[in-house]
Amino acid sequence: MRQSTIIRLIVIALITLIAAYLVAPLPKPEFVKSLLFWQEARARDLQLKQGLDLKGGLQVLLAADLPGGAAPTSDQMETARRIIEDRVSGLGVAEPIIQLQGEDRILVELPGVTDRNLAIDLIKQTGQLEFVDGGFAPPPDGSVISTTYRLYGGLRYPQSAAGGKPIDPARATVFTGTQRLWETAFTGEILASAEPSIDTVGRNIVNFAVRPQFQDVFRQFTSEKLNQALCIVLDGVVLSCPFIRAVLDTGGQISGNFTPEGARSLALVLNYGALPVPLKIETTRDIGATLGADSVQKSIVASVIALAALMLFLLLYYRLPGLLACFAIIFFTLTSLALFILLPVVLTLPGIAGFVLSVASAVDANVLVFERFKEELRAGRSLRAAVETAFQRAWPSIRDSNISVLITCFILFVFGSTFGASAVRGFAITLSLGVLTSLFTAMFVTRTFMRAVFYDRAESISNPRLLIGVQAA
Amino acid sequence: MFDIFRIVENRRYYFLISLVFIVLGVAAMVYNVITLPTHTPWKLGVDFLPGNRFELRFTQPISEDQIRQVFQQFGITNPSVTRLGDPAENTWQVRTTFIEGQRAQAIRNALAQVAPLDEARTQIQSVSPAVAAQVTQAAIVAIVIAAGAILLFIWLAFRKAEHALRYGVCAILALVHDILIAAGFTAIFSALFDWEIDALFLTAILTVLGFSIQDTIVVYDRIRENLVRYRHDTFEVIVTRSVLETLHRSLVISLTTILVMAALLLFGGASIKQFIAVMLIGLVSGTYSSIFVAVPLVVAWFERDLLGTRALRMAMAGR
Repeated sequence: MRQSTIIRLIVIALITLIAAYLVAPLPKPEFVKSLLFWQEARARDLQLKQGLDLKGGLQVLLAADLPGGAAPTSDQMETARRIIEDRVSGLGVAEPIIQLQGEDRILVELPGVTDRNLAIDLIKQTGQLEFVDGGFAPPPDGSVISTTYRLYGGLRYPQSAAGGKPIDPARATVFTGTQRLWETAFTGEILASAEPSIDTVGRNIVNFAVRPQFQDVFRQFTSEKLNQALCIVLDGVVLSCPFIRAVLDTGGQISGNFTPEGARSLALVLNYGALPVPLKIETTRDIGATLGADSVQKSIVASVIALAALMLFLLLYYRLPGLLACFAIIFFTLTSLALFILLPVVLTLPGIAGFVLSVASAVDANVLVFERFKEELRAGRSLRAAVETAFQRAWPSIRDSNISVLITCFILFVFGSTFGASAVRGFAITLSLGVLTSLFTAMFVTRTFMRAVFYDRAESISNPRLLIGVQAA
Repeated sequence: MFDIFRIVENRRYYFLISLVFIVLGVAAMVYNVITLPTHTPWKLGVDFLPGNRFELRFTQPISEDQIRQVFQQFGITNPSVTRLGDPAENTWQVRTTFIEGQRAQAIRNALAQVAPLDEARTQIQSVSPAVAAQVTQAAIVAIVIAAGAILLFIWLAFRKAEHALRYGVCAILALVHDILIAAGFTAIFSALFDWEIDALFLTAILTVLGFSIQDTIVVYDRIRENLVRYRHDTFEVIVTRSVLETLHRSLVISLTTILVMAALLLFGGASIKQFIAVMLIGLVSGTYSSIFVAVPLVVAWFERDLLGTRALRMAMAGR
């Protein structure tokens, strides 16, 4: 055996061991998990991740619902997505998925959630916009504060919101526990409209108008609090704290160090509350957890049986090379599953189907090589020459046919991203990963095995017909 | 004399076999378009048909009438109610028009009062009309783009061979053949066994597309190699030799694919059975078409003789 072959065998053995360790259902120490720096910290559990169809849960597809069917901007959709993500994280759902689909849809997947009303309300409810008295030292942008309105509906001007209560002097202490309680002046209902603009010296600003019935209280407030801050707070998060520089009634402008995008998104929030675009529920699916578990169980059994049948066939048909192919396929299976854990890939039912098909692709590569190998032997080549020529000649077929599958996978992936058929995407991901792994398996692993077994063994293989099925020259 | 290995000369017989299957499938599609209330080639599943689908598993026996009564209370007069699986499983499927989320939940609660529901095995899906149309449209676009991309790829891969573009075009024709066969069989099963198509059906068709091309390329690749190696033979001889040389591989791959698919069909979950069946039909058709459609078509184009009957006709005329 040549030295390079020995080194390759060691590399293969190492990859196999690492993959087997990752795939085996053993408890893994924390430091191993912490090596996966590219995964989200809380998701680093070294488990095969299961999709909603396997785990059960609720899937909701939301679509923008602008008047007259107008198209939302990508900024609006991204803002809406982030807001929903924030709200869902309050639910305590493990590994929720909130992603944009196409230009005007958001897909929300909540594994393990069975109460569809709760989840749907949470997605649909518009966030609470408040204007909070920031005093001379307002809280920093982005901080989470507690306000009288959020605590008990307390408002300085209770008439500015349905259900608003006057500020309770007994509870208007400045601190609750360690956190300061801020006084809410009005809710977002006093606003008529807001729009981004540019002032005379070219700064980005937001112009806003106050509803006529609230203009009196707005004048009262701005005159009392002149040169103090009025904080714009959404769902308890401080968005911006502009200082009041003039007594205002019908409206005014907010200036700060806004970027054009910043001004636009603040105007969106002022206009629409939480969600920059109204959303409607387009599709919902709730999948019983056991229903999924049954499918997983069955798919695993089916895949194991399929693999066993495949290997038995290869062994009977190709004998010694067939045995090598069996090892190669075990290598392929372990490496693919390890890749799914490492990347990570979320497994769905179509995803499992894609993986099983990639096994077929791995077998195809081996079969192409073995058929060539037999042909070369029949043509009178030595075992060593036959191994090399077989791989050389089979390569263009393997390469071209796999590229065509990869092209299809890529188009499927794009196609799966543009609308609610995320199932198609799972299929494309596992199939393309499998195809790539199968290329490596055939051209590196099987080739190394063949070299190791056949290179220097021309004499020691006493009965080639029995072992290979072909009489060598 | 009919010789099974004279694939290229006898292409008319193989074309006839393909034609029979395609005509059967297309007939089933036409039949479905006429008879189905949706006027579509296949019965539509929840992904394509706007509306709600309730999959209900009760822990006690319940009758179809009882289920209908509950829906009646909510003003849904004509739901389609079918039993799923074994009667002992008490599993029912109810299809209705589009119901809003909260009302669907209320119906579910009302049903649970008639007979307790196994919550973990119950699911409700609802699809609004807009999604279905867009899914279909995107699928057609994806297939056309994929076919175009593959045509370009083959043209590029075969640029050294004469008439490289023809290989691409014939590969695409073989691909259309396979999609027609898979879609046609689905239409037949849709008419006979009430199969409904869903997003997985699209996945199956798109997979067939990928593997049809893979099979065709393997055979074409051998032609490309042999064109260089046997310069002095006629095109037809080279092509026949190439097909015969790759026949082993084609048979082995068909067998292994059938093995894998059969295992998935027999032991896999019920939810993917139709998906696997459509894919199996498409993959077998893909192997068949790579040998008996894609290759003879290239020769037919080369000889400008679609059915391979020119020699015969000339002999007849000469007599």
